Amino acid sequence: MLASGHAQGTAPASPLTLVTRDGRRPVPTTILNNQEFIALDDLASMFQLAVREDTLAGGVTVSYKGRTIVASADQPMASVNGRVVTLPAPVARIGRRLFVPIDFIARALAPVYDSPIDLRRASRLLVVGAIRVARVVVSIDAAGPPTRASVEVTPALLVSSMFDAGRVIVRVEADMLDAAPPPAPAGLIDQIQAGNQTTTIAFALSARAGMPRVSTTTTTESTRVTIEIPPVAPSQDTSAAPAPQPAPPPLAAVPPAPPAADAVPALPGQRTAKLQTMVIDPGHGGGDAGVRGPKGALEKQVTLEVARRLKRLIETRLGVRVILTREEDRAVSPDERDAIANNNKADLFLSVHVNGAPSPAMKGAQVYYLRLDRAGEDARLRTAASELVLPAVGGGVRPIDVIPWDLAQAAHVDVSSRFASMLEEELEKHAPMGPRPLQQAPIRVLSGVNMPAALIEIGYLTNAEQEQAVQSAELQGGLAQAIFDAIVRFRTYLEAPAAP
Amino acid sequence: MTPRLASLARGKRKRWLQAAAIVVIFGAAAWGASQLLERMVSPVQAPQSAPAPAAPAANVPHIIATLYYGTPDGQALAAVKREVALGEGPRAQGRQILESELEAAPPPYVSLIPPGTMLRAFYITDRGDAFVDLSPEVSTTHPGGSTNELLTVYAIVNTVTANLSSVERVQILIDGKQADTLAGHVDLRRPFERDTSLVRETKGTQ
Repeated sequence: MLASGHAQGTAPASPLTLVTRDGRRPVPTTILNNQEFIALDDLASMFQLAVREDTLAGGVTVSYKGRTIVASADQPMASVNGRVVTLPAPVARIGRRLFVPIDFIARALAPVYDSPIDLRRASRLLVVGAIRVARVVVSIDAAGPPTRASVEVTPALLVSSMFDAGRVIVRVEADMLDAAPPPAPAGLIDQIQAGNQTTTIAFALSARAGMPRVSTTTTTESTRVTIEIPPVAPSQDTSAAPAPQPAPPPLAAVPPAPPAADAVPALPGQRTAKLQTMVIDPGHGGGDAGVRGPKGALEKQVTLEVARRLKRLIETRLGVRVILTREEDRAVSPDERDAIANNNKADLFLSVHVNGAPSPAMKGAQVYYLRLDRAGEDARLRTAASELVLPAVGGGVRPIDVIPWDLAQAAHVDVSSRFASMLEEELEKHAPMGPRPLQQAPIRVLSGVNMPAALIEIGYLTNAEQEQAVQSAELQGGLAQAIFDAIVRFRTYLEAPAAP
Repeated sequence: MTPRLASLARGKRKRWLQAAAIVVIFGAAAWGASQLLERMVSPVQAPQSAPAPAAPAANVPHIIATLYYGTPDGQALAAVKREVALGEGPRAQGRQILESELEAAPPPYVSLIPPGTMLRAFYITDRGDAFVDLSPEVSTTHPGGSTNELLTVYAIVNTVTANLSSVERVQILIDGKQADTLAGHVDLRRPFERDTSLVRETKGTQ
């Protein structure tokens, strides 16, 4: 006889959720004598089990692919393939149905089942199969301001973050999250969403919040994301706070230049048909000297000289507004360089560098444009396929593309490749070219600019002959002319894209 | 326990003992075979070729790994086969391979990782992401240049992915933290997949 004859169970406070590769669904359980039970027929259909009641012995035999579990009706134990395991309660009967304690799943069924079974009691999840579940614990370390929050992800997994529309979104590369209930919002954080349904944790920031800084550290056990939110700087224009903010947040210590009062940040993926503003980025600066030549020439000085020469040439002969990311010898972070271009709605971005190689014989110019990794390629496809419609100032709506700020270049890679090709073709006429004159690479400063962009290495500073040449007015003039000619060609292409 | 349950459990225990005996016999046979195999792949005598700096001691079991260095002109990567001490499991083996990669390159190749760079940690996640944590010298003493930096990054990435089949992507950390770049050019914020487009030479055992 089964012990609990005609007992009546009650439903638990929250249902157990079965999670498999195919999705998730609630699994009914019942509380009986302060123990949580699950119906054996439900388990049988979930796990393809054969259940046979043994009325003589007073137990239940559960079979799975020739493996057997014998659960006792009068003792809180079961024999699992010959090994005895204890359970919190014996098999129970409610009406015509047989029930086992939910621990039966982990202690008796898991050892004989083909796929991993993970019963996560705290989060009420029953995970079946090779599913990557990330345990996520959000905490607010300091209410501030500045407010500091952290996200602890266990085990160590890849984590990405983005800042968009006043929200910091942390995405964990897992199949699902096992998220602890988030703490109450505090300081400059208005709301925290950390759910099991998605693999993201979202922090909605208050209107008083400035640009957040996000950093990630990884150990063998876990990945920790720290978000530091300063109060808004007095010079920052808060009137546009509800609008999306595509300019990248300053992950480095130096804050980005505040946007001009009348500047509306360029929207991700937005294409322009005119070349009105260009940003030239002299590489390195300040404590970062870049490559050093054998006679002491510094890359940071050469890039600034070439950038100034280019600015004069383009502004006077082309009438295009040119902004340099640095006008003097100072350190500028990649994010700040990108922010200057994005906040000024630049139509074209060119980063100027001088190369280095272990061999002093290496020489020649090279042009780079961004190579997307898998995440970037996904972002590019998403941009092409989806858009968000937002209300516009003065009524109506306008569609915008949504793309993570640090992948803003993804929407422009095709056009950037055209610009890079034109640069390479024009440079070839004026300067010696390197062995791979046109390359795609994951260049940091190019990834966050929301406009066609390229990086040029004008020569090798580690080559004694080129060290002298790149400092000469002759080569600099020739290079500037080549770049100018490429920009003229690109403007023609940009303004008449159907007939490049 | 009920008598029926006890009898069922006794039957299972007997079969378990038989199975255990078979496992022990097969285990002993497998151990003998592995010892024999190890002697075959890891001869006690030193190799005939000139000993490379990274080569393990002659009586230490080793594997032949593919390490990546700069070609003599510094334009591309060269895949060079070298002897590396055997490690137990992918993580230990990865450490051994990277330690060898950080040593001086065998002539005529050039090392793309600044001298003095140490491996702080190496680990692999179940998803096939490897984390290579290097000491700050990899950045602070890097000579710079986009090409140079690209070759440094892919020397590390290709060395790990070419030798550890369980690794699909490699994330480079500096001093335990995610870094922007090594020297201002190549984006280190996301993991890299293997890229052999920069490889120009492939050489046999050094």
